[in-house]
Amino acid sequence: MPVQFDDEKLEQVQHLIEHYPQKKAAIGDVLYLAQKQFGHITPEVEIYIASLLDLPASYVHQVVTFYVMYLQKPVGRHLIMLCDNVSCLLCGAEDLVARIREKLGIGPGETTPDNKFTLWTVECLGACEMAPNLLLDEKFHGNLTPEKLDRILDEAE
Amino acid sequence: MARVKLISRFFEIQDSHLLPIYEASGGYASARRVVTENWPADKIISTVKASNLRGLGGAGFPTGMKWSFVPKDHPGPRYLVVNADESEPGTFKDRQILLNAPHLLLEGAIIAALSFGAEDAYIYVRGEYYEPVRIMEAALEDAEHAGYIGRNIFGSGRTLRFHLHRGAGAYICGEETALLSSLEGFKGWPKLKPPFPAVKGLFGKPTIINNVETLSYVPIVIEKGPEYFAGLGIERNGGARLFGVSGHVKRPGVYELPLGTPMKELIYEHCGGLHQDRKLKAVIPGGSSCPVLTPEEAETVNLDFDSLAKIGSMLGSGGLIVMDDRTDLVRVLHRICKFYSYESCGQCTPCREGTGWITRIMTRIVEGHGTSQDLDDLVDIAQMIMGNTICPLGDAAAMPVISFLTKFRAEFEKAVKPSKKSLMSEPVGA
Repeated sequence: MPVQFDDEKLEQVQHLIEHYPQKKAAIGDVLYLAQKQFGHITPEVEIYIASLLDLPASYVHQVVTFYVMYLQKPVGRHLIMLCDNVSCLLCGAEDLVARIREKLGIGPGETTPDNKFTLWTVECLGACEMAPNLLLDEKFHGNLTPEKLDRILDEAE
Repeated sequence: MARVKLISRFFEIQDSHLLPIYEASGGYASARRVVTENWPADKIISTVKASNLRGLGGAGFPTGMKWSFVPKDHPGPRYLVVNADESEPGTFKDRQILLNAPHLLLEGAIIAALSFGAEDAYIYVRGEYYEPVRIMEAALEDAEHAGYIGRNIFGSGRTLRFHLHRGAGAYICGEETALLSSLEGFKGWPKLKPPFPAVKGLFGKPTIINNVETLSYVPIVIEKGPEYFAGLGIERNGGARLFGVSGHVKRPGVYELPLGTPMKELIYEHCGGLHQDRKLKAVIPGGSSCPVLTPEEAETVNLDFDSLAKIGSMLGSGGLIVMDDRTDLVRVLHRICKFYSYESCGQCTPCREGTGWITRIMTRIVEGHGTSQDLDDLVDIAQMIMGNTICPLGDAAAMPVISFLTKFRAEFEKAVKPSKKSLMSEPVGA
């Protein structure tokens, strides 16, 4: 896929820039837009965004590498972001990691061979009253048990 | 003390995130009043000052005083920034507001912006909050359509544009100057203060950064009067706040209580006590950076900024993590250390290197290879980080280490005994 936004996306970029008095401040929003279009942020995407925002590619690279939600490598069709910070750890997050290993054969940072799931263990998701919890792509799931986790994974297309 | 229902009443109203429902329960009356009665900035600020409202993101700085720091004669733009980058482990109150009362937050933000003449407000929401972002986007659209934000707010001729910005997964961006760096399109690197953001903040302009919950109390202060709000709490600790309780309690959740409420009451009455009626072992009182409390401390301290400070801890973000007597505190501290090491932005050497050293030593201990020298080294390294960094993340990483090792020394001594084994095969506590 060529690294190039279509006209509609380019117009969106202009709108994003308008929110800030300085062009470079839109970098975060534009990176999200690029990630949606290209799947992950390759060096080519960094160079392209740099050209859109009049920035050096190295500047874009340091921003991309600073934040975890800009993907530098492809992930599976579904990204499991499972919290294992204190409250979730106290409430059984380790059992969930064990269940995923058992069920999908992957550990933190790994992707299933069919490219369906990638598992990340992540820092606090800000929903500790529903510990243990996770995000499956953009959807939050809380108060998990291994059984409930099974159902959520089974339902994912 | 009884629970209060100021912000939390919206958590119980069906569809309270929708504008008509919010307005039906009196929403936007405070902002409308301030705008249409043309309150001078001084009146807004003195009202909020009199309420004793303090910053509820963690630092507890008096809100009205913060607003008064913006230079009055400064030419050019000034900004309001809403800090919705809630990421301190154990903290989940702002998410509830974003989901259930986005208009309450907007109304508070309108009033705050008017107090120092901001015409642009940025709401910085953490990237993982997908659902809150969707709800906030819809709320902004509805509020603009109704004429409450945007151009000519409440028909006054004044302008207040809101911009929603999604973070991208970096705990440090909850620190206000790091948040500004991030909004400016940079890595989330904190900046030295002074200059304080109120003088030189976002894009170099005067900027006020307030937490979601802090701003959400502002319409309530205006509606009910500052005396009412101040009267709920105790001296210098105004009103109420949302306490989030997680971990080993029967009913984890968000509880809105007057400041000064005994912690014991929150844990044993409102939360129903410990799960399976176990015994209390430790409480982290206000997010994972706050020094841990022993059962004796937790059962005698009151939930206000000054009482927690008096016993050497902090009320922080109001997120309590309760741990029962089966909890392995060595592993809990290991996890906390991993967090701060991972989230250290890398700018200051003591934090960048120190958090890594601490985590490697803690990893060694939980894997069964620790020595008693390690325990002394941990405290030494933590003390070398304390106070030697640009932002409070260094202190946040050091305080748990020092407090866990001081207050629960025996447990750590046991973990480094020659007969020790790896702690990783046992559950942390469930």
